[in-house]
Amino acid sequence: MSIEVKNIRKTFGDFIALDDVSLSFPTGELVTLLGPSGCGKTTLLRIIAGLETADQGHVLLEGDDASETHVRERQVGFVFQHYALFRHMTVFENVAFGLRVKNKKERPSKEQINKKVHDLLNLVQLDWLHDRFPSQLSGGQRQRIALARALAVEPKVLLLDEPFGALDAKVRKELRRWLRKLHDELHITSILVTHDQEEALEVSDRVVLMNHGKVEQIGNPDEVYDHPATPFVYGFLGNVNFFHGRVEGTNIQVGDQNLKHGLDTGLAPGTPVVAFARPHELDIVPAIEGENKNSDGVLAQIDRILSFGATSRLELSAIENLEDSGLPQSFEVELSRAEVQKRQLTEGLQVRIIPSQLKVFQRT
Amino acid sequence: MKRASRFEKNAATREPRWVKGLLLFLSLSFFGFFLLLPLISVFAQALHKGWEVYLKAIFEPDALTAIKLSLTVALIAVPLNLVFGVAAAWAITKFDFKWKQLLITLIDLPFSVSPVIAGLVYVLVFGAQGWLGRGLAEHNIKIIFAVPGIVLATLFVTFPLVARELIPLMEAQGREEEEAATVLGANGWQTLWKVTLPNIKWGLLYGVILCNARAMGEFGAVSVVSGHIRGYTNTIPLHVEILYNEYNFAAAFAMASILALLALLTLAIKTYIEWHLRLETESKPLSMEANNETDL
Repeated sequence: MSIEVKNIRKTFGDFIALDDVSLSFPTGELVTLLGPSGCGKTTLLRIIAGLETADQGHVLLEGDDASETHVRERQVGFVFQHYALFRHMTVFENVAFGLRVKNKKERPSKEQINKKVHDLLNLVQLDWLHDRFPSQLSGGQRQRIALARALAVEPKVLLLDEPFGALDAKVRKELRRWLRKLHDELHITSILVTHDQEEALEVSDRVVLMNHGKVEQIGNPDEVYDHPATPFVYGFLGNVNFFHGRVEGTNIQVGDQNLKHGLDTGLAPGTPVVAFARPHELDIVPAIEGENKNSDGVLAQIDRILSFGATSRLELSAIENLEDSGLPQSFEVELSRAEVQKRQLTEGLQVRIIPSQLKVFQRT
Repeated sequence: MKRASRFEKNAATREPRWVKGLLLFLSLSFFGFFLLLPLISVFAQALHKGWEVYLKAIFEPDALTAIKLSLTVALIAVPLNLVFGVAAAWAITKFDFKWKQLLITLIDLPFSVSPVIAGLVYVLVFGAQGWLGRGLAEHNIKIIFAVPGIVLATLFVTFPLVARELIPLMEAQGREEEEAATVLGANGWQTLWKVTLPNIKWGLLYGVILCNARAMGEFGAVSVVSGHIRGYTNTIPLHVEILYNEYNFAAAFAMASILALLALLTLAIKTYIEWHLRLETESKPLSMEANNETDL
């Protein structure tokens, strides 16, 4: 089932949770709503489910306005962050709940319910736990039971509200792979809410980035990662270094130092900008004593070199005070371990940071 | 036992022996003199003229009416307050609305008002000289100095007990399970019977027990509205007072011993429920922490 939301607005007192949000979710896709806490993503999900009502705007399910349809009749499956399993029921009874509460005409027979529940428990690979109570399960197991319970009523849409948020990093990673596999088997239209960018990029067909109740960017994971549309998206997806400065032709003047960007930004000279670069997009050359201060790159000192695996992560701080806060601005650079050794980079060394690629946004 | 899991085993929080002794002595002697001794004296006084007098005092017609009336009042007031309590707690914890804080304050009102005032209020409203008194008299409806007045006064006094017990419990449990039930297609009744009530059953029972104890033992409010009509509007506590004022101590204590026995029974059930409640609330957070293992 396709979902469309049109001009949704929702406020809680003075707080604007959603500000004129319009989105469409095509059939069969797994879309992630990604953003920091308080950006309105969970509110949007709850409005789609019918657990919350929008102040303005419409939710269209399969093209029909669902604003008047009660949650019960929306045929959505909802998975909660804290599982919300019925604590006094066994795993089996939890999954069977949605079938048992159907009215007499639609309710399947006892044998049908029995078979269906065991099929679902097999699907989430937890049939062996069918007679346990939720309190006897691990967090990951509980969330899989919650998913089986949501799927029992054959929902046309699956809504997942930070489903892995309460789990530890390792279980989270395993579960999201498993969820992706499950989605590839079932092809049920799914919306997942998360604040974990790694999770969003890994699991979804498309990512919707939200901030302050507004949509910042929509795209598939590569698109949003490689071509962030706004400074917020750039900063939110992955580690990032930024330089505040002014446009000077094909350079950016940062303090009294220069960064080449070589792009046609179309911005007038002197325009204040912020330039972004990922840690792997920065290069380091040792600074030579007495060289021209205006030569390319930003002067910095290596504070720490962290080497695990194939790459080394270097933490640096600017020599010149670039931030208003009075703290020296810090940078993060990724180099291969071999490079670090070849260039004889050591902690405490003064270097120049030269970006190989920069993304420039006008400062507002 | 885990290391340092007990408060007194921890060197940093251990008190000198004499402090421990003094505290124990103070609390135990208080308990002995002010709680245990009176309780024993109730039974001793009741039986000091022998079993025959005791049983006679209980099976005297006026005494039997008093016992019957107390049970009737409890039987009406407790179920009503059970329904009110669940409804109020459900409304307060599962929904957001404008005058919620006012409603919570109102529920607490019977706790903050003296029972005598509560009784007096009913007299002023329903009594012969009261606001509604004339209208009621015309239709030959008697509320004050009759059973309905006693039931009303008891209802008022016991009103907060169930709701107060449920509100913190339901607040802690949150709304997610109800939301999950609704999304799965359950209607309001199904959610109430299959999800909410099973989750609060021990807390509810606890509230009902407290409510019942108070309903049978209430003196002040009932005393004002009952009119002390012997063999008609006397509850057990009122009957005890009358007998006592007539210097019929053996009979008074015999009746008092029935109330005391009811109280002890209530206490036993309460302890059992508390133990169950603790089991339920403890099993939850523990497994949340302990279960982040990697098996999937």
